[in-house]
Amino acid sequence: MIQINNLNYSYGQEEALKNINLTIPENSSYAVIGESGCGKTTLLYTLAGLLHYIEGEIIINDEVINGVRKETGIILQDSGLLPWKRVSENISLGLKARNIDKYNIKDIVNNTLRELNLLQHKNKYPNELSGGQKQRVAIARTLVMDIDTLLLDEVTSSLDAITKEKIQDLILKLYHENPMTIILVTHSIEEAVFLGQKIIVMEKGSIKKIINNPYFGDKDIRDKEEYYILCNEVRKWLYKGDNDESLK
Amino acid sequence: MRVLNKLTKYKSIYGFIIILILWYILHKGIDSSIVPSPYETIIAFINALINGSLLLHLLVSLLRIVSAVSIAMIIGIPMGLWMGSNSRADAIISPVTYLLYPIPKIAFLPVFMLLFGLGNLSKIVLIITIIFFQVLLATRDGVKEIPTNLIYSVKSLGLNHWQTYLHLVIPSTLPKIISALRISVGISISVLFFAENFATTYGIGYYIMNSWAIVQYKEMFAGILGLSLMSYLIFKIIDLIEGKVCAWMFVGK
Repeated sequence: MIQINNLNYSYGQEEALKNINLTIPENSSYAVIGESGCGKTTLLYTLAGLLHYIEGEIIINDEVINGVRKETGIILQDSGLLPWKRVSENISLGLKARNIDKYNIKDIVNNTLRELNLLQHKNKYPNELSGGQKQRVAIARTLVMDIDTLLLDEVTSSLDAITKEKIQDLILKLYHENPMTIILVTHSIEEAVFLGQKIIVMEKGSIKKIINNPYFGDKDIRDKEEYYILCNEVRKWLYKGDNDESLK
Repeated sequence: MRVLNKLTKYKSIYGFIIILILWYILHKGIDSSIVPSPYETIIAFINALINGSLLLHLLVSLLRIVSAVSIAMIIGIPMGLWMGSNSRADAIISPVTYLLYPIPKIAFLPVFMLLFGLGNLSKIVLIITIIFFQVLLATRDGVKEIPTNLIYSVKSLGLNHWQTYLHLVIPSTLPKIISALRISVGISISVLFFAENFATTYGIGYYIMNSWAIVQYKEMFAGILGLSLMSYLIFKIIDLIEGKVCAWMFVGK
């Protein structure tokens, strides 16, 4: 479980997060949405331990976190793959940091590549991959590390519509096969509704609304009317001026 | 179009042919023994290589360049990595660097000769003082220019300090270091040519200027050709190293 209590974060004089309070149950999937500069990426980076907060606290599984945690993985917007490392080397990097035996690393990497249908790209450099393939490699790199929390930072924002949906399908499939806590930051309403059990709407560093998504987990939801109704509700909250009274 | 494609495929040969043509035009235009023809020069060059008179001078110069560049790299790269990743070190060392870097170090050759003697050491020290700052600043800037997303990416994987240097900092600065190496070698050769004109009887600079002094223009040009080929060889070796250590830069383009 992730517990965020009175979290504040500032870039100099500029407040990026204002008194965030949130509880995320274990193995649930939360989508964070809001316009640029609303603080959603800052929230994700503080959860990942990449940014150090001064006020408030983040507790993951009863442990106060203010730094990188080995059981938390993050996938960045542009994949974050090291361009000078081949696909297999990129994937094995986190395992090396965990001092895993090199023969085991080889097996783990090969199995994960096979699982994500990436084995044929094993010896390629990231420059030789398409945007979708890069993100699949980034997913593989995170999955091999035996994590319980996966953070996703606008992972499909630079992809075309079809690839975007394929990556979303893959994330959902992986979630079903191996449940873990997922927090994804996105600009896309459709993505938030497809991947978020709860959809957090943020504005100016605060949580504006938490929308429940009863249809989460249905891989065919995109074909159903309810999906569009929920998308419209999220859209409405993104445009709406006031915060939800119940959150005050 | 096909001819052009073939020419770009064999860039080195293409370069040689262009230089030979321009050289021949210059030779014909001046019509004096001061600029011998490419053919005469090549014959003089081969003869000088066979009788060993040129090779020794080339090897001495090569040794001075390789020593100076290696020492400048050995000191400059770790220092640049440190400055790039430690803002306090950068704040202390950079102002000193900016003050010393623009001083024309070549003016200190007499001082170096007095301090380090007339042999190899004074020339090597002179080259080091000139190229060290380029290596240092290029490395420092290389570290500073590492994209934040890559820093976050590596940090999130849990890499420790040394692993971060090994897998992120060093590989990402290598292209800059190799660029600095290329520029340094070019400058080293120019500086060495100048330095080898004083109080020495070995080195390609001495060979060229001595041939000029005794009015042996073919030998002088053979020396220039030797210097040029030596530089070409060094640059090709740097290209090869770059192809090996920065292979990722040449794929997917």
